[in-house]
Amino acid sequence: MTTETETPDAVRAKPLTMAAALNSAMRDALAEDPNVVIYGEDVGPLGGVFRITDGLTRDFGEQRVWDSPLAESGIVGTAIGMAMYGMRPIVEMQFDAFSYPAFEQIVSHVAKMRNRTRGRVSLPIVIRIPTSGGIGGVEHHSDSSEAYWTHTPGLTVVTPSNPADAYSMLREAIRSDDPVIFLEPKSHYWMKESTERAGEPLPMNRAAVVREGTDVTLISYGPTVAVALATADLAAEESLSIEVIDLRSLSPFDDETVGASVRRTGRAAVIHEAAKFGGYGAEVAARITEREFFHLAAPVLRITGADIPFPAPLLEKYYLPNPERILHALSTWEWDD
Amino acid sequence: MSLTVETRATIGLPDAEPLRLIEETGTVVAPKLRRGIDLPGADTLLELYRRMVIARRWDTQVTALTRQGRLSTYPSARGQEAGEIGTVLAMEAADWLFPTYRDSIAVMTRGVPTEQILSGFRGDWHCGWDPQEHRTAPQATPLATQALHAVGLATAARLKGDPIAVATFIGDGATSEGDAHEAFNFAGVWRAPIVFVIQNNQFAISVPLSKQTHSRMLADRAVGYGIPGFHVDGNDVAAVYAVVSAALARARTGDGPTIIECLTYRVEPHTNSDDPSRYRDSSDVELWRKRDPIERLARYLESEGMLGDELRRSFVQEAEDAATAMRDTLNAEPALDPLELFDHVYNVERPALREQRDALAGELDENGSARS
Repeated sequence: MTTETETPDAVRAKPLTMAAALNSAMRDALAEDPNVVIYGEDVGPLGGVFRITDGLTRDFGEQRVWDSPLAESGIVGTAIGMAMYGMRPIVEMQFDAFSYPAFEQIVSHVAKMRNRTRGRVSLPIVIRIPTSGGIGGVEHHSDSSEAYWTHTPGLTVVTPSNPADAYSMLREAIRSDDPVIFLEPKSHYWMKESTERAGEPLPMNRAAVVREGTDVTLISYGPTVAVALATADLAAEESLSIEVIDLRSLSPFDDETVGASVRRTGRAAVIHEAAKFGGYGAEVAARITEREFFHLAAPVLRITGADIPFPAPLLEKYYLPNPERILHALSTWEWDD
Repeated sequence: MSLTVETRATIGLPDAEPLRLIEETGTVVAPKLRRGIDLPGADTLLELYRRMVIARRWDTQVTALTRQGRLSTYPSARGQEAGEIGTVLAMEAADWLFPTYRDSIAVMTRGVPTEQILSGFRGDWHCGWDPQEHRTAPQATPLATQALHAVGLATAARLKGDPIAVATFIGDGATSEGDAHEAFNFAGVWRAPIVFVIQNNQFAISVPLSKQTHSRMLADRAVGYGIPGFHVDGNDVAAVYAVVSAALARARTGDGPTIIECLTYRVEPHTNSDDPSRYRDSSDVELWRKRDPIERLARYLESEGMLGDELRRSFVQEAEDAATAMRDTLNAEPALDPLELFDHVYNVERPALREQRDALAGELDENGSARS
């Protein structure tokens, strides 16, 4: 696997939505490598229900980008065979909760093939999953399922929070010889920003400090990065300096970047949309506690979704972590002044 | 070229009576009852016989070694040799096989060395062979999952324009799994060059076929997917070989998938830890033991003067030599390196795994006896 990624001038030139950045990443990968194929539900002429694959069937033909039957286990299961024959399939699960029919294929086969064959068969598959809430989706359209995947050895799990990362991380995921679960925060698909960043893009397995601060480290990923940044803005008004980390990679976990930040601030909280119990935040809190306990001035907090199924659309605002709730949680710590 | 085709042929239900070319008595079925399928040539039949004799002896030896505790478990394919060997010998070297846990003799007939096949049942690694080298996927333990892998690989070959075909085995119980349905359906829609060989041995551990399906027979499923289906006497290796050969040839020339149900019987327990006396009548087992696929072919070959005592003895000796060699191999302790556990999970090294590997290395250094 290589870690170099390039952002072509076309992508750098103007502000792009995350949807367009993801589309560009797949377009460039299709043009570069004839073994890259894309299939899934409605990804053909429609361009996917979120239009992420817009125009790809038109430009690359039905042999490269096509609509499959509506069956997620079949989509992932066949991708395994394709990867065994030298293809680099990118498959789309239409929504987070619709990936569950593919659970067995992902957990028992995608994740284990390399290990069970003693390293002889790698599966360069990218499983794209639009994830999380915030769009008023009806039931089963807003789950945050990351803990299922990160608990599974053999999977690489990444999630971008902005268009520039969406492009570079998807390119890198497609080049990876290991299978990648690529979680796309669907509430950010239409987020527009310049993809121009100084220097080379960060490799997808590294976390990024997206805002520097001195008092608290807020650890976020995917859709909660924007929430953490908004929290930092609000806190600055009260002279509380918050450092925000965008994990980017959920598995592997970048202990180095997170640890360095926590050693500076002495306080850490992790934010995610998924339910708290057994959630990804528990792993983050445990890792920080195991490694940085003597640098901590307070317990690691988790500000997450409640331990309930994701609510109906009109109620989701009561469920999702927001800056006020996060600041309130931080205020429960004992502070010296 | 598009993956899917708009035109659909009208496909009828398969004949209920399983196709056979050689009767149990060893006589050849009359041409008008062979449904246009020719009896394989003399050399092929003799080779099918030889390979079944070797496979039976191999299977018997593995079962014995399992009883002695050399393997943790072994699902025998005794009595199902016709489906196993008939399918594998119908395949070309470039074709791919996707086997299940009961298809060890098929993997053996593909040319995989014994200690590599039995690595999983012996317990030294899940899959012991190189799937790319032998064009044989790891044996699937989850049911019907491998059928989707097989469809994917077959479709990739079609997209690349390679004229190969893929065969996969599915048990009767596994046809109840959703993945079997998805595999049949994807294969039909994508015209995948694949042959699904359903080894209907009538039992899924203890559950008889009548509790798996209300359909007349499993081959009937094919019509619903727009795929040709065949019902074959799974103890007639000549019929299995002929039908699978024709289906593989169709697949290689772009005519799409085929579902073949081989009607047979699991005369052995599910594995060594099963107790069939709790769920089936031993008289059924005895009936099916008499329908032995190897003896059936032998009767035909002898009646045609193609198999005399001398040739038969030479095959038995060959099988015996192979069994002896296998016993010696499996009686040696497998080489284990506990630190290898961390080597193959990812292509890229992870710090967390390195830490855990180092911790295990420390334990092993403290207690050298743990390392073998």
